[in-house]
Parts: sequence; C-alpha cells; structure tokens
Amino acid sequence: MQVAIASGKGGTGKTTLAVNLALAAPGPVRLLDCDVEEPNAHLFLGVRIEGRELVGIPVPEVNEERCTACGACGEICQYSAIVALKTKPILFPQLCHGCGGCQRVCPTGAIREVLRPIGELEWGRRGELLFAHGRLNVGEAMAPPVIRAVKRWGRPPASAGAGLAKTPFIQVQPAATGDGDPPAESPAMTLIDAPPGTSCPVIEAVRGSDFVLLVTEPTPFGLHDLRLAVELVRRLDLPCGVVINRDGIGDDGVEQYCLAEEIPILQRIPDDRRVAHAYSRGEAIVEALPEYREQFAALYAALKEYDRHAHTAHTRD
Amino acid sequence: MKVAVTTAGNDANADVDPRFGRVKNLLIFDTETGEHEILDNSANLGATQGAGIQTAKRVAESGAEALITGHCGPNAFRTLEAAGIQVITGVEGRISDALTRFQEGSLKPANGADVQGHW
Repeated sequence: MQVAIASGKGGTGKTTLAVNLALAAPGPVRLLDCDVEEPNAHLFLGVRIEGRELVGIPVPEVNEERCTACGACGEICQYSAIVALKTKPILFPQLCHGCGGCQRVCPTGAIREVLRPIGELEWGRRGELLFAHGRLNVGEAMAPPVIRAVKRWGRPPASAGAGLAKTPFIQVQPAATGDGDPPAESPAMTLIDAPPGTSCPVIEAVRGSDFVLLVTEPTPFGLHDLRLAVELVRRLDLPCGVVINRDGIGDDGVEQYCLAEEIPILQRIPDDRRVAHAYSRGEAIVEALPEYREQFAALYAALKEYDRHAHTAHTRD
Repeated sequence: MKVAVTTAGNDANADVDPRFGRVKNLLIFDTETGEHEILDNSANLGATQGAGIQTAKRVAESGAEALITGHCGPNAFRTLEAAGIQVITGVEGRISDALTRFQEGSLKPANGADVQGHW
C-alpha cells in the first residue's frame, strides 16, 4: 500500500506525520522523502545512508557536422531549450525537460541525449525501516525527475541498481553490501513525504498512491490551503483523509469543511509544547513521548484496514 | 537595415519598453524606407519559461539587424548574439527619438546581458 502525506500549506507537519507513522508501524515500512528541495525526514530518523546515485535528465547534444540547420528541433521544443535560427541550434540545457522530442524529429540523427545531473538520490535504513530521499541541486528548477527517481527506487537497496540501464541514474557510489540482507518480506506500506503546495512536484509525489493523508492546522490559513490540496487529490481521483496537527488552536473551520465535504478526520495531534520541543531537538514524537505511539499506530492500522476493504471491494467488482 | 524596438505601444510616438522577453509588441523600423510594422508579441507574455529566447527568435525572424530595448537577460542575449543582432540596452523615452539617435550612431551596442534572467 502506498500512502502519500501532503498538505497545501507548508509547515503543517507532513514530515512529523510520515516519520512517526513509519516508526509506529508494527512491521517493515518504506519511507520516501520526496520533498527534494529540502528533505529533512532523515534528521528525525537517524538513518544510515548506504548508497547514493546522481539523478540526471537527458538533454540534447548536437553533432554539428550532421546538422543541416533545418530547425525541426527548435519547432518541437515547448520549453525554448533548443533554438534553431538559420544557424546551428543553440542549447539551453537548464530549460530542458528531457522529453527527447528534438532527438526524435531530427532528420539527420544529429542529436543524441546526454545526462545532465540535477540532483541525487540517497538511500539507507534504520532497522527494518527502508529509507530514501532525493536532493535537488541548488539552482535547479525541476524537482519532478528527482522525485520520480526516489519513487522508482522503492525497492530494497540490494536490488536498487537492477534497473539502472533503463533509468536516468548515474551511479557514483554502489550500494553497500554485506551488512545484512534486505528484509525477506517486502514492506507492507510505502509512505511518501510530499513537498508542500499543489504544483507539479506535489502531483509527481502523490501520483499512484492508494491514499493521501492531508495534514493541516485548524486555522484559516490551514483551511485555505487544505481546500486547494483537496481539489488536487480529487482531480487525481485519489481517496483522502485529514490529519489535524496542533489540534486545539485556531477555530473549527477545518472541521466544518471536512464535515460538509465528507472527508474523514483520521487523527488529531494536540497542540502540545513537548511535541514542539522534541521537534526542535530532531526527535521523533513516538520516541520522545511514547504515550503518542498508540495514536500513530492506530492511524497505521486504519490505513491498512481501508486498504483491505478497498481491495476486497475491487475484487468483488 | 531593419531595427527592432520593444514597446507597449503601436507607433513610433510610443515609449521604448524596458522589458524585452515579455514585451507586448515589437516595432520593426526600416531605416531605408522610414516605414515600420508592429509585431504582436503577446504570445510570449505568459510563457512559463524561455520568453526572452522566443522573443529573440522573433526579432531574428523579422530580419532586424539591431535591437533597441531597456534591458536584456543572458539567454535572450545569447540568442540575439547567435543571430548576429546588435543589442542596444539602457534606452528610454520615445521610440522616434531613440531611432534618431540610432541613425546618428550615438547608441552603442552592449557587450553582454545587462540584467540577470527573470529580472
């Protein structure tokens, strides 16, 4: 089961929920931190990084001897990454989305694709918890290819390199070997810590999930951005539920909204100063304050239960 | 020769617009005939990226050999340079005055972009 944790608003507690849900799970889970512009889940987990790969996107390279300056490449490019004047094409690799269109339309085969690194993928584990995150290089604008790489990793480290031929990864450091086999059973749940907002990186992160948890705070700001997030998941036709963080502050706007929209409120994390303290020290709530473990475990169980029902209903159809 | 000028207006009485990539119109002036035409550039106004590059391409396609504008970023400059177009930045005021100064030879081409991208 794949569960994405998203929110419209930033700073509502996505990483807090993802980390604590992962630590409260009864069995092995996989946590993918897809907030590649500022990944931080590892800080709360103390994960040992075991491997690293560069993530690149394919960008065109022009063989000027073969180029006839026909201009077809510049016409198909929607991003102005390749511009054909009457001369040979001019390239702007920073603008390239890696679609490969220019290579396809080139009648003389003058264009080949080379990988331009834009970020990296790191993976590791902590006990049974399998972990990976992406890191977009500073100054790069396109997070989705790095997010895709993190989601594609979605396998135990031992087999992470298996798909290399087909993927735009550049491996710079092979996975560590010989320090224990990956868990025999595959993780029962993959948790995706999504970036904030409602733009392309969020869509890339939540896409393909079985359920989306939307974290919000019960304030007018929280509600405003929750509405946007709900619109997004509905557009993607994904089921969702709300987790209210810092419950007790603000007003009842979020509750009224969820009631009216028939969105279940699945968990309430109280506005507890000790939670903020633990956060500031880089500690998971369930470890600093064990009395919270039960509510995260209950959410995990509820998600598994939902999945079982959804699966049964689907099979019956 | 043809000279391109960025403007939000429709004739030589309008002002030079400081923007290049996302400028509304391009006025293409022919120094031999004294005539001009207006190229609508509004398609590039809302471009998500590469507005400067696309506008530079339009200037090149218009046959202009020089460009008079306020500011020009690095990607646009590179494209204009590749097309062999003289880029004159830092120009303000009425287009007709700017064209007069250009024809007198008192406007000097820039050596590079005068602003960062997404300025």
